[in-house]
This record gives sequence, structure tokens and C-alpha cells, in this order.
Amino acid sequence: MRWFWILFFAVCPIAALVICIIAPGMDWWFPSEAGSPLGERIDSLFHLILYIVTGTFIGTQIAMVFVLWKSSKQDDERAWFSHGSHNLEVIWTIVPAGILLFIALYQMDVWAEYRVVSNFPKEARRAPVAEVMARQFEWRIRYPEPGRILQIQAQPTDLYAVNELIVPAAKPVMIYLKTQDVQHSFFLPELRVKQDAVPGQIIPVWFEATKPGEYDLVCAELCGWGHYKMGARVVALAEEEFAAAMEQLETEQSDDGFAESGDDDEE
Amino acid sequence: MSEAHPTTHDDAHGHGHEQGFVSKYIFSTDHKVIGIQFLVTTLLMLMVGGALALGVRWQLAFPWESMPIVGPMLFSGDGGQISPEFYTMLFTMHATVMIFLVIIPILAGAFGNFLIPLMIGADDMAFPVLNMLSYWFMWPAITCFFASFFCAGNGAAAGWTSYPVLSAIAESAPGSGMAQNWWLLGVTLVGVSSMMGSVNYMTTIINMRAPGMTLFRMPLTIWGMFITAILQAFALPVLTAAGFMLVADRLLGTCFFIPAGLVVNNADPTVGGGQSLLWQHLFWFYSHPAVYIMLLPAMGMVSDMLSAAARKPIFGYKPMVYSMAAIAGLGFIVWGHHMFTSGMNPALGMTFMTSTMMIALPSAIKTFNWIGTIWGGKIEFNTFTLNSIAFVSMFVVGGLSGIFMAAVPVDIYIHDTYFIVAHFHYVLFGATLFGVFGAIYFWYPKMFGRKMNDTLGKWHFFLTFLGANGTFFPMHLLGVAGMPRRYANPYLHDYLEHLLPMNQFMTYSAILMGSAQFLLLFNFAYSLFYGEKVGRNPWKANGLEWTAPSPPGHGNFDVLPVCYRGPYEYSSPLVEEDYLLQTEYIPPEGQKESKEEHAEPEHA
Repeated sequence: MRWFWILFFAVCPIAALVICIIAPGMDWWFPSEAGSPLGERIDSLFHLILYIVTGTFIGTQIAMVFVLWKSSKQDDERAWFSHGSHNLEVIWTIVPAGILLFIALYQMDVWAEYRVVSNFPKEARRAPVAEVMARQFEWRIRYPEPGRILQIQAQPTDLYAVNELIVPAAKPVMIYLKTQDVQHSFFLPELRVKQDAVPGQIIPVWFEATKPGEYDLVCAELCGWGHYKMGARVVALAEEEFAAAMEQLETEQSDDGFAESGDDDEE
Repeated sequence: MSEAHPTTHDDAHGHGHEQGFVSKYIFSTDHKVIGIQFLVTTLLMLMVGGALALGVRWQLAFPWESMPIVGPMLFSGDGGQISPEFYTMLFTMHATVMIFLVIIPILAGAFGNFLIPLMIGADDMAFPVLNMLSYWFMWPAITCFFASFFCAGNGAAAGWTSYPVLSAIAESAPGSGMAQNWWLLGVTLVGVSSMMGSVNYMTTIINMRAPGMTLFRMPLTIWGMFITAILQAFALPVLTAAGFMLVADRLLGTCFFIPAGLVVNNADPTVGGGQSLLWQHLFWFYSHPAVYIMLLPAMGMVSDMLSAAARKPIFGYKPMVYSMAAIAGLGFIVWGHHMFTSGMNPALGMTFMTSTMMIALPSAIKTFNWIGTIWGGKIEFNTFTLNSIAFVSMFVVGGLSGIFMAAVPVDIYIHDTYFIVAHFHYVLFGATLFGVFGAIYFWYPKMFGRKMNDTLGKWHFFLTFLGANGTFFPMHLLGVAGMPRRYANPYLHDYLEHLLPMNQFMTYSAILMGSAQFLLLFNFAYSLFYGEKVGRNPWKANGLEWTAPSPPGHGNFDVLPVCYRGPYEYSSPLVEEDYLLQTEYIPPEGQKESKEEHAEPEHA
């Protein structure tokens, strides 16, 4: 039984490692390559921590299995009468402290870029593309009329959409995030963006979709029974297409039903 | 400090003082009976919480399919299908039951009660009646939670964190009506129970230690309980106050947490000018220290068990004590790491990240010391040893995964995904519960005078360990894949669709793990009657509790124990055997003094 348990405690961590190694190949990993420059940096920070942590994990598990093997030998020797080692304590206090402090400091600038408003890219900060208002259980989008600047207060000329946020691709964009009722969270997994929509607050969020395309937008904060289905899309379009899409939205929404020409009457 | 103690022993109590059945076993003021009452109650609640978790797992593996047996019984109207409302209630109640009715009371209530007086050499708690009340306040709390569960419409479903406005406005969810009031009342009552225990433990540990039991001769279990009691006493009032504020918002029309102008579910816009973020600060100011309340006693018990298992002194006793104290101290300044995405001032994010990183340090020190304890020992793989090793092994995973979430930029992505679910299950199940299982096997002989069956115990351990890792390890991957928590049907979203098979595997593992717990219950009940009878010290351990009879009578010890050394002098060269009881007097070489002279406590 001795070998059984030693192997048991050895095999389980090995299995964990193997699973982590094959995970990307099995599609058990990030939903896609990070679709934004900040997302790429977040991923590289993730991987940095992953390497440090994996090293520690392997080290402690090997140490554990080794001491189990050594100390479970069946012989008549007495256990080592030791109350510890001051030197070892000092080493394993200072080394992890250094590593942890390094990790903490190394993360700061990405956080500052992501959240500190004065660090937001200027172009994004000057012209927020839309206001995203979460409610049970959908995302309501309010755009300014093309050529105007988005106001905090809704304007009569504003354009509205539900569950589809159109943004220009390949440039930083900023939105105002708010909620109409309970707390929600604006989560773009492919772009590695997450920000809670807190009742009573208007929170500026910026992100950049490197490539045009459609990205999932889901809710990441429990908001009631329909939390799971609060899905929407962020559609990133090239600059001209974005402008065209906005024009089209404006045409649709200012359409009063009277066609200027009789062309569409049959439809 | 311990002056009062010898006098209490001169009382008549315990000698020819007959007790009726009710005062002996039901409304008992004996700390051992109360501890066992807590243990049995919490083990039953563990099964309830586990059943709720299996409901959650079922839905994630087989969304909207009828649950076998239970489904048709509960939801015959919907063809046995779980509704999303019911699903949100399931995970809310799972967390509530597990945290408030299992982990906190099983550590502090069951083992704290049973072990503190025995390990420090006292005849009972400082306040026996208060102690009894702390148990009996559990039942109104349990009743409230069950009332919430069975409330018309839906049970409380705002998550165990109960963030307002979801939990503050009745219109916001079917479970946010009366059920939420019951839930808040239940949390308050659990808090009352914990607070009574906490005051009692602090007083007992400070005032009632046996002669010679200095603070630095206390077993680490007692240190864990002591620090936990302090954490409870300082953190709990904040939660209680926040709970009352939320109740006031719900019932009295105040607006602590409700900002103006919200339109919830087409109701009239809210008036008021509160801040829902305030709740998060208050809640986590309690609930982060609570994480350590759910961990430190287990750390202490595992230290004691590992030392006894390895027949070797604990490696670095004082660093172990200091790191527990550091965890407790730092535990009060890290609550903001639960709120990195909440929109609080970003400067706070950096501060809390640094303090959170630093709290990993004492945990690392403890892990290294546990490994150091086994190093060079003489270990035998019996059930409590295996569970203690599993504690260390799984705590490493839980601790390391915490570093990802402590790092704010990485947390932006993995916050509120299954990564966090993996993390806290590794800590709370992987570490704490394995520690508790070990402790049950280890101290069961002291509680009942019989050993639990070792073969059954090993099977229980083996299956639970496999089941737990099979359930919780893949959660890391789900988190990295971006699967948010608390989704009744994540597969609605294209990018999560392919994760269904993995979730099914996890559910099978969870079923295995859940079924394995019946082995524990069976072993527990079976050994009461058929377990091998043991004497005072079946594990040849050093602590004071092993000098008392098994089970100890009213008043615990035959004679007042006097403590001469720390509890970890295993394999000491001073004696033939590989253990050396704390009470055993060894005259220094070349001196022939009488034992009585040495009976003076060192610190007196």
C-alpha cells in the first residue's frame, strides 16, 4: 500500500499537468487569440504567472512526493528530531516575497492603461462611440447621431439599437457603461474586457478590436434568472463601413414611414 | 492567567452530579456534547449542500433535461425540467448552506468546541450556557434558510453574495421577495451563533489554559481557533450591520444601497441616492476574512495531524503561528480583490493587488513547513494522514490559482468565470474539507472511544480525492475558456458550446464524489457501535487531549493536567518511545527535584 499512495500523490499532479499541456490543442483554452492589443498584454501576463505558478506547483509536488517516499520507508530508524531551520524559513520567506512583489509591480501598467481614465487613448476619450445600458436581460445601445458627440443625457437625435454594438475596428473606442436596473457586467471574452455596470454609475470603458469581426458580449454578473441568456454581439467594422452602418441606422430610425418615392409601396 | 483554573476543579461538579437525558444530550452545556451536536448537524447539512450542488451540476451537464428521480417529483409540471429561476436558487442555496451551515460551524462549532478545552487542559468552556446557545441559534438559522428555500415563488436567488440592487428590490427577481428576507434573517442568526462561539473561544483560550500551557506551547489547532475567533469578532459585526441595512432598504424604505432612477422590471423608478457598491465593500470586508475563518482552523488541525503522522516535531512552529497571524492581519486589507471589475477607484485596484499578493506569502510559508514536517519523518499511510496530505496538495493548487486572480489585469478576464469557482473550491473543498475529514478520523476515538474503520476511510478518501479533482480541476479550463459563473445554460453562446462534454465529465465526477460521502456517514455511524475500542491515546500523540479518557467524562481530566512542553515533541531523544506527552515530567539530567516543584507554570 505504501507504493500505491506514493504513486497516487505523484500521478494526480502529473495528470493535472498533462491536461494543462494538451488543453490548448483540445480547445479547452482561451476562446480565441486576444483580439485587442490590451488583451494580448493581458494574455502574456497570464502566461507569465502560469509559468511561475507551474514551476512552483511542480516543485512543491515533487518535494511532497519525495518526502513521502523518504519518510514512509519501513526501517527501525527514528524520525529526525528537528524543530525546523531558521535559514530555510528566511529563504522561503524572502524568495516568494520577491517573486510575488515582482508579479504585483509588473502588472501595474496594464491595469493603469485599462482603467485609469487619464491614461485612456485620447482619441477614444474625446469621442465615445456609444452608451451601453444593461437591463434585465438585454443590452441597449445608444449612439450619437453621426457627426455629433455622445452626451450623457439622451438626445432626441440619438440612435438606438438592442444587443448589437457597432464599433470601428483597429482603433481604440470608448463607451459609457450603465445599467437601468440591477448590476450587470460587460464581458467581451475575445477582447479580454470586463467591466461591471453598477447601478447609479456611468463607467467609461475602452477597448480596441484589432480586426473587423463579430465578438461575443455576455453578462458576467448575476442579474437574475435570465443572466445566462444576456448575450449580444459587438460588431467591429472597418472605418468606412462603420460610418456607412451609422448612416444606415440613422436613415432607418428617421424613416417616418412615408416613402419619398413610391418604389417600396408594394413590399 | 491560569490562576482561576485549579479552583474550578475543586468544585463538586462532575462528581455524583446526575444529569437527566435532556440536559445531558440535548440542552447540554458540556463542550464535548455541543461539539458533537455541531458535528452531526453540519455533516447532515453537508449532504444537503452537496445535493444542491449536484442539482447545479446536472443542469450544466444536461441542460433542461429531467433530473432522474428528483426532477419528476419537484417539477412534474415542466416535465421534470429545472427552471432558470430554480437554478439560480440552487447555487445560491448551495453556497449559503456550505459556507454558513457547514464549513464555518464544522470548524469553529464542532472542532473548536470539542478540542479547545481538551487541548488547553480546561474542564469546559468559559461560558458553557453561551456555548449551548451558540448551537441552538443554529436551528432558527437553518429554519430561516429553509423557509427561504421553500418560499412561494422561488427561494433566495441573488447569489450568496446577494449584491443589491438584485437583492434589494423585490421586483428584480422571483427570489428577491420574502425569500430574501428569510435569507438575510438566517445569515444574521448564523452570525449570532458564530459570535457567541467566538467570544467564548477567546475567553477560554486566554483565561483557562492549564498550568504551564503558555501561548507558545499551544497546539497549532488552538492557534487556528484563537485567530479565527478574533477574526470573527472583528469582521462579523460589519456583515450584520450591512444585513440590517439591506433589510431596512427592503422593508423600511431606506435607500442605503439603492440609487435613484432605476427602473427594475417595469416598476416605478427608484427614489433615493444610495450606492450599491457600498454593499460590496461591507460584504467583502466580512467575507474575505471569513475565507480565512473557513481555513485557519483546518490549517491548525492539519499541522497537528501531520506532525503526529510523521512522528516528528512540526517544522518551524513559530513561523507557523506568525504566518497564521499574518494571514489574519492581511485578511482585513484585501477585500477589494473581489471588486476589481466593480468600477471602484482604479488606484484601489493596485493597492489591493499588492496586499493580496502579500497574503500568498504566509500561505507559502505554511506549505513549505508542512512539507518540512513530513521530511525525515516516519510516516504511515492511515486515513487521517492521507487526508492531511491531500489538504496540503490541494491547498497548493488553490493557493497558486489565487495568484492569477490577485493580478488585476489578468483578473479582468477571469473575474466571475469558472476560474474563481475552481479556486475557491480547491481551497474550501480541497483544503478545508479534507482537513475536516482527516480531523474526523483523527479525533473520533477521543469523541466516542472507538476508532473509525480504516479500510472504509481509505476508500472514502480515494474516491473523494478523485471525484474532487475530477470536478474542480477542469473548472480552471472552463474559466480560461471564458465560461461565466452562474449560467443556467452557457451553451447558448457559441464560444462555449464545445465545453459541454467537459461539463458532463465534471458532473460524473461530482456524482462520484457525492456518493463517496455516504461511506463517511456509514463509517461514522457504524463505528459508533462496532468500531475498534481504543484507550486514551490511540495515535500515540502528545497533546493534552490524549491524556483524558476516551471519551472524556464531564470535566474532562481525572487530574489537573500540567504542561511541561510544546505539543510536538515526537521522537524526542529524551525518551524511549517516539512520543512525549505534554504532561510528562522529565527531570533535567543531574537533578533530582520532585515533580511538585516543577508543577509551577513557567510563566507564573
